[in-house]
Amino acid sequence: MSFREKFEIPAKFKMWSMILMAVGLVSILAGYFIYGQGDEHANTRFWGVLLYNSVFFLLIVNASMFFICATTLAMGGWQMSFRRVAEAISTAVIPIGIISGVILLSLVLGHKHHIYHWITPDPNDHILMGKIGFLNPTFFIVWTVLTLLGWIFLGAKMRSISRELDNGGPLSPEEGKKYIFKNTIWGSLYLVWFGLTVASTVPWLWLMSIDAHWYSTMYSWYTFASTFVAGMALITLFVIYLKNQGYLELVNQEHLHDLGKFMFAFSVFWTYLWFSQYMLIWYANIPEETVYFKHRVQGPYRGIFFLNLIINFIAPLLILMRRSSKRNYTLLVFMAVLIIFGHWIDFYQMVIASLSKEHVELGLFDFGVAAGFIGLIMWATGNALSKHSLINRHHPFLKESIIHHT
Amino acid sequence: MAKKKFVVGCFDDEKVLFPAVKKVRKAGYKIHDVYTPFPIHGLDQVMGLRDTSLHTAGFIYGITGTTTALTFMSWVFNKDWPLNIGGKPHFPLPAFIPITFELTVLFSAVGMVLTFCYLCQLAPFVKKHHFHARATDDLFVMVLECTSKTKEDEAKAFLETVGAKEINVQVAEDGWWLGRYAKEQKLYDTPTENSLA
Repeated sequence: MSFREKFEIPAKFKMWSMILMAVGLVSILAGYFIYGQGDEHANTRFWGVLLYNSVFFLLIVNASMFFICATTLAMGGWQMSFRRVAEAISTAVIPIGIISGVILLSLVLGHKHHIYHWITPDPNDHILMGKIGFLNPTFFIVWTVLTLLGWIFLGAKMRSISRELDNGGPLSPEEGKKYIFKNTIWGSLYLVWFGLTVASTVPWLWLMSIDAHWYSTMYSWYTFASTFVAGMALITLFVIYLKNQGYLELVNQEHLHDLGKFMFAFSVFWTYLWFSQYMLIWYANIPEETVYFKHRVQGPYRGIFFLNLIINFIAPLLILMRRSSKRNYTLLVFMAVLIIFGHWIDFYQMVIASLSKEHVELGLFDFGVAAGFIGLIMWATGNALSKHSLINRHHPFLKESIIHHT
Repeated sequence: MAKKKFVVGCFDDEKVLFPAVKKVRKAGYKIHDVYTPFPIHGLDQVMGLRDTSLHTAGFIYGITGTTTALTFMSWVFNKDWPLNIGGKPHFPLPAFIPITFELTVLFSAVGMVLTFCYLCQLAPFVKKHHFHARATDDLFVMVLECTSKTKEDEAKAFLETVGAKEINVQVAEDGWWLGRYAKEQKLYDTPTENSLA
């Protein structure tokens, strides 16, 4: 069996990534002139759209590295046949991280207090004054920069460990053990950092602090579940694309079945958190907590709020439940696109429903900016895929992936 | 329950067992079952067993649980004994969801366990014939059922050619029965070197 180890970027793929990036750039420029210069409401829309798009796409590409490290720590072998795809997606953390960093820092440094109104708290506001140790510009800037650098550095380290074996020969059992141990060490460092950032502080700082008076302890997990399931959908899309182009000979339906299981399981996990957050607030019925859901459930965002539940829970639950649908390429592609779109809409309502409570505006600007980020992910992933072999052929666990059987 | 005649072949390596199962099926013998000390991936495909429909049963039990929980709670709180709890509506769906979820899980879990036991014919006091005691330890035991057309000697010779280490013919119950094992049947052999080591 011969392998096509080197990915050559198809001209069409390259063209589409360029077109999408151009659409994104044009949208941001047009948005800047249409909204960015306008009154406070228009200005809020401009920055809000940039904020939720950049954070969403940053977190879903970062979820690829989380997937790699989590499976590494669990001594998983089944993902070896497509692990390089997840690694390639995680390289997009670098450009999107820089863009997100610029956007987040300019929100704080530019005193966009209509987005983060905790930047200039009223001294009589004892709720905000009580949170000032956490919600202050210095902490925000330092923590954001550290977070992005941590993800980029630890992700690059994991990728370089993976490429270490490319030019050598097969490992002896002793070398193999050492290699796995090294992977485990760096993977666990990444996971600790991931836990301190995505699974706790970062969604509080970047997204939840828009409603600075409100809080939910479930919020970070909810964000994590949202981006992880969308990240798995993204990996699935790239794996199926490469498979259709005739690469990844070692990937078969068994691996896709497991990716489908991840999409199914984490859709349910997302719903669990969505519902837990909603039900506790609904049950307690305390005004300072229900304010978050007031304009989402009973206000203008009602449609999007429940559409979100249908796309992200009912559809995956009913469609992905069957074994045969997790092994069907067409259905998996459809569900992956639907899940990514659904969680993008989720991020839209998480951010925009807090910024513009009376009017729902979802238009070309939103989709244009999202297209730009999708183009950027395609471009970064395609480049990373074409640089190195698609398969880590000397990895000790590769055989486990070849004979993988669900 | 009827007694039937079986040709039993014992293998000591799963690498030999897999091709042997394929060859035996190709030769047209009827495989009663293959007993192995541990689950072997892919053996069911090789034996030509269809996928289990246990998960379909699980889904049906699950939705039974869902509807039971929802109908019962809404009947209690709307018809039988309406109570005002914390000013919540009489059909407070969010408050019903956790219980609905629990009952869905409970029904599907218990239902699937019972169905599994039924499919595997497992229950207290139910006994089945053991073709070889070492099938629970280190032997892979393939049992061929003798039909009216099967010639024992040919079957025994064939099993030998595909690599069976130990071959014998047994007349035994093919189903289960309640009660005890027959007194004369020895379940455990005298200890061998392997089992002592």
